[in-house]
Amino acid sequence: MSDALLSIRDLSITYHSQGRAVPAVRGVSLDIEKGGSLGLAGESGCGKSTLANSILRLLPAGTEVTGQITLDGKEVLGLSPGGLRAVRWTAGAIVFQGALHALNPVQTVGDQIAEPMSLHRTVANDDAAKDRVVELLRRVGLPAARAESYPHELSGGQRQRVLIAMALACDPHLLIADEPTTALDLMVQAQVLALLDDLKEERNLTLLFITHDLSVLTYACERLAVMYAGRIVEEGPAWEVFENGSHPYTRALAAAFPTIGDVGSRMAPSGLGGDPPTPGDLPGGCPFHPRCPLAHDACLPAEPELRISGEARSAACVLV
Amino acid sequence: MRAGVTPLVEVEDLHVHFGAARAVDGASVRVLPGEVLALVGESGSGKTTLIRAIQGLQKPTSGVIRVDGTGGSSPGHVQTIFNPTVQMVFQDPTGALNPRQTIYEIVAEGLRIKRHAGSETEQVAAALSRAGLRPPERFFPLYPHEVSGGQRQRVVIAGAMVMEPRLLLADEPVASLDASIRGEILALMRRLVDETGLAILVVTHDLGLAWNIADRVAVMYLGRIVETGPTEQILENPRHPYTRALLSVVPETREMEQQILTGEIPDPARIPAGCRFHPRCPLLQSGDLPEAISSRCPIDDPGPTPLEAVSAAACWAVTSGVDSTAIGLNPG
Repeated sequence: MSDALLSIRDLSITYHSQGRAVPAVRGVSLDIEKGGSLGLAGESGCGKSTLANSILRLLPAGTEVTGQITLDGKEVLGLSPGGLRAVRWTAGAIVFQGALHALNPVQTVGDQIAEPMSLHRTVANDDAAKDRVVELLRRVGLPAARAESYPHELSGGQRQRVLIAMALACDPHLLIADEPTTALDLMVQAQVLALLDDLKEERNLTLLFITHDLSVLTYACERLAVMYAGRIVEEGPAWEVFENGSHPYTRALAAAFPTIGDVGSRMAPSGLGGDPPTPGDLPGGCPFHPRCPLAHDACLPAEPELRISGEARSAACVLV
Repeated sequence: MRAGVTPLVEVEDLHVHFGAARAVDGASVRVLPGEVLALVGESGSGKTTLIRAIQGLQKPTSGVIRVDGTGGSSPGHVQTIFNPTVQMVFQDPTGALNPRQTIYEIVAEGLRIKRHAGSETEQVAAALSRAGLRPPERFFPLYPHEVSGGQRQRVVIAGAMVMEPRLLLADEPVASLDASIRGEILALMRRLVDETGLAILVVTHDLGLAWNIADRVAVMYLGRIVETGPTEQILENPRHPYTRALLSVVPETREMEQQILTGEIPDPARIPAGCRFHPRCPLLQSGDLPEAISSRCPIDDPGPTPLEAVSAAACWAVTSGVDSTAIGLNPG
């Protein structure tokens, strides 16, 4: 894809812990075109946050990363420390989950929002930085006076807005949002999602949105990728994947979020037996087969590759 | 309401105030044997304070809490914390379990404190298998970190079920679990209710959970129940504008036009006059309400939903017979 803002090719990430190799991401390729949005879904430990952090090279030292990450025309994995600093905040910025931990408790939120600007010298002087902080706060729906507040003086929803304002400080092209609404109430979540949606339109932002809540992704993103055991097992247009998954794992995840009014799920919660596999100790064949309701002999010999499952859709299952 | 059935818990006009903050401000709610009641609301609505009061962990300022038809809690009286009839399931199983105790010891602890008669081993085994951990003996020697997140929540449930409670209080029991495990735990909770006649009061902000397992729903806003009724009615045909707004932003309900309320729940120390929801009410803001009602909302409190009500909404528009669905809040 030529107009891709983010292009990942055959990315593998292995952590080394206590002499053991733990493969967290195993051969992932994906593209997000300029102005597009991709939701990355999966359970804890599937590698989705590792993948997100690798895009700005935020992984712990000693982590083995192979493959190719192209962001805004730059090969992220080959960048020098200086080149990397130039990419962070401007080419791509991350909004983390748990806004309380991501903010410095002893600095006002205004100073924290101004910090990336002064680092990148995107503003001429302190006064210009102050003006820009006020502009950003207003844009995310907070009063200008909040610049003088400390994180503990804000509610969870307000802190999340501060993190979004900070991420926008240097006008990044790619915004990575890692579980940005997980700790928030329903109404506040809706407010934050609406804000991200508006920002995306207004600034032609490209969005990579990560959460285990498939319904939120479907709501917020154009395309959806489902990860399992370090690989993408299904990808396609968000609503089609959510409502009519090709992979049995996608269907199980989608069924966990019932549609209110759907008679089939009334008094019938739907889950998936078993647990996600440990990254260091994956089952042979299709790694999903021990939990798969449709598993049979064909699932055992080899791990299925992604194959076409419809228009602009792919899934890694022998039944596709 | 089924006639002649004694409620397991009855909370009547409960107030829990912390200084000027009225965290619970006139809430009434009852749970019958064999039913799941979902108490839904946002952070700061007072739902956790309400169940802490039922548990006896929080002293009520005024009001009455009757547990299992007997005694009950009057103002100033705090129940003994260890009431085996009422057990609790917490949100985060990892935090709720002692990492240095084996699963056997964790589940047996309640029995030991209560000096339960009979075979401890048999009761622990029965509780574990009832919670879906089979064969139970395999789990006896394991520590919490040796089992998965879903299994840990089952251990928490086993620790509650070993006391043979009649009421389970569950505070966001699946909020910290992965999506795929969520359904398993909810199915377990529903099965316990159907098979043993247990009742569950589940506190959640997840309306899908209510759709999955609850018989009735009570919606809490700023310390009060503002709407209550059978699950189908509340989730498919809500009448209170707050409930309607909440439902419109559930990502799974695409058909409704979104009603994103601005701001957050007000400070419980400064509960608005009149209807407590009026400053954020989209129905009032639409300007479509008859003057006789809209002039009333900012000054007159519609009052809490009554304890006996099978279905009620604390809203002047609803009680005046205005079809709230026809104004402002049209679905799709």
